[in-house]
Amino acid sequence: MGPFMSPFNNLLCMLLGISFTVWFTLLLVFIIVPAIFGLSFGIRSLYMKMLLKVFKWATVRMERGAKEKNHLLYKPYSLNGIIAKEPTSLEEELKEIRRNGSSQDLDGSASLTTGPSPSSSEFEMSDTFYFCRRGIESIVDDEVTKRFTAEELDSWNLLTRSNYNFNHISTRLTVLWGLGVVIRYGFLLPLRLTLAITGVSLLVVFTTMIGFLPNGRVKNFLSEKVHLMCYRICVRALTAIITYHHSENKPKNGGICVANHTSPIDIIILASDGCYAMVGQIHGGLMGLIQKSMVKACPHIWFERSEVKDRHLVAKRLSDHVKDKSKLPILIFPEGTCINNTSVMMFKKGSFEIGSTVYPVAIKYDPRFGDAFWNSSKFGMVNYLLRMMSSWAIVCSVWYLPPMSRQEGEDAVQFANRVKAAIARQGGLVDLLCVNTNVEANEK
Amino acid sequence: MGSTNSTLLKIPNVEVLMQETGFSPAHIIRLHDRFKALDKEGRGHLCPHDFGAIKELAMNPIGDRIIGAFFSPGKETVDFHTFVKILAHFRPVDKDRPKEPNSPEPINSRSNKLKFAFQLYDQDKDGKISRDELLQVLRAMLGMQVTDEQLESIADRTIQEADLDRDDTISFEEFRKSLEKINIDHKMSIRFLR
Repeated sequence: MGPFMSPFNNLLCMLLGISFTVWFTLLLVFIIVPAIFGLSFGIRSLYMKMLLKVFKWATVRMERGAKEKNHLLYKPYSLNGIIAKEPTSLEEELKEIRRNGSSQDLDGSASLTTGPSPSSSEFEMSDTFYFCRRGIESIVDDEVTKRFTAEELDSWNLLTRSNYNFNHISTRLTVLWGLGVVIRYGFLLPLRLTLAITGVSLLVVFTTMIGFLPNGRVKNFLSEKVHLMCYRICVRALTAIITYHHSENKPKNGGICVANHTSPIDIIILASDGCYAMVGQIHGGLMGLIQKSMVKACPHIWFERSEVKDRHLVAKRLSDHVKDKSKLPILIFPEGTCINNTSVMMFKKGSFEIGSTVYPVAIKYDPRFGDAFWNSSKFGMVNYLLRMMSSWAIVCSVWYLPPMSRQEGEDAVQFANRVKAAIARQGGLVDLLCVNTNVEANEK
Repeated sequence: MGSTNSTLLKIPNVEVLMQETGFSPAHIIRLHDRFKALDKEGRGHLCPHDFGAIKELAMNPIGDRIIGAFFSPGKETVDFHTFVKILAHFRPVDKDRPKEPNSPEPINSRSNKLKFAFQLYDQDKDGKISRDELLQVLRAMLGMQVTDEQLESIADRTIQEADLDRDDTISFEEFRKSLEKINIDHKMSIRFLR
């Protein structure tokens, strides 16, 4: 058996060795080197166009097949509302009622109303009916829960997650889907995992190394380069195709960058285009290791578990950081519904009370390629990352909005709402005021 | 209709529910989906916390009262049947329903709608809206923009107009009378699609 096996073994080892080398060289040339320099070969955009063509074909086939067999294509829940709602908003009605209420007593005459309120007197017993109805309407069908279930797609992107009723419609389609699975799990996933591991380890190693340098311009310069490089590698690890708009409004030192939050990937997406100081709670394990090494290279704001409850401490550290113009802009996600973490709720008002310039950023994901939404009650973090890495791609747009500051006579909550409205308008997202009541769902 | 029938079978006593509330099978299924979506932890019943998660409801000045209407006194949870029965109050009135003398009044009758609205005011459930209870609602609706004195005078005016037996409270009958001219069906109904 000896002489029989060994040349075969040798051949096998040689083949493995060669394929690994080829693999890594390709990886290096096409992905890591461009990441270091921030260039792009345009491979990803080509990939995107190709995918779109395939998806269109797949959808057409499915619809044709469904018509033939009279199948129900999409899960009926969130495409249409259960009820027909009125176009006026709750806010407008409330303002009407309040205007009616105060004006009657102030000048004694009937108030001039152009709105839909039915009577000219200040308050009617039936006014509650309107709010009662709106309340019940929101219980039956509200924008938020609709938003929080993954968006149903009109075109199918060959992922069974997006289409629950994928039945055997045609052999060709099933074959294509099978091929898709093979490509995604067999080729793309390992590739992305390798990249992710490379990116993270490089980050940890380099930032620790930079930590030994004395504070100064060289350190800042190097730390910036290292952070950008590693985040770019991570972006490629997810095959994220990002379009940045209005880069002239990018956050500057001494400011706070505020963005809407859809998934944990948001951080990677923003940080690959600019350097930010991150805020958060120190975790254990791998996350903690990454956090500790990052803070060696440039000042991020990490809180211990115990410090998080102290609002004043949090506010003080944030404002100290902001006052120092040499430090990087802070990155904050005021919504925090995605993260089950009380410290994030603290930042909701805190970040707007500090009184520095706020740079709003809107992030919108294109659901056609892979759904980036993280339903934290359904999936854990690892599961989520695996799903992300086995999607086709993550396509999103980032808009940098012009900076805003708190105006005279505006309190923190109003300012926060103004910023949120600007972000929502830009991203075409549904604008919901984030009311800081103590019945938030994420207080667990 | 294959998949829809199986959902219906999972709900216990769904025939009775449909008869009592007047919802169609399609509505029941939609409401069941909604119930499941609200019941994030999958326990099969809802608690006030789950309602509180609805942001539009949190913004509503009488949001907590509406939530309270779902929970009968002493109960901490609401199951699917109760959920649907409460929502049935907001079905538009069936105009062609024959008036059988022995059948119980439908949940979405004008009178029952008024009773639902009445309980939003009458938090201590003593059958009367006291001046205090009225003030509380006024405060919630008119908020911080109106002074306390203005609130008091509005409350006085409202009670004066509605209180017929001069006992300084508004009973259900007085409530009903003061809202005679209001189109309750229009204001307290939700148009369920399909």
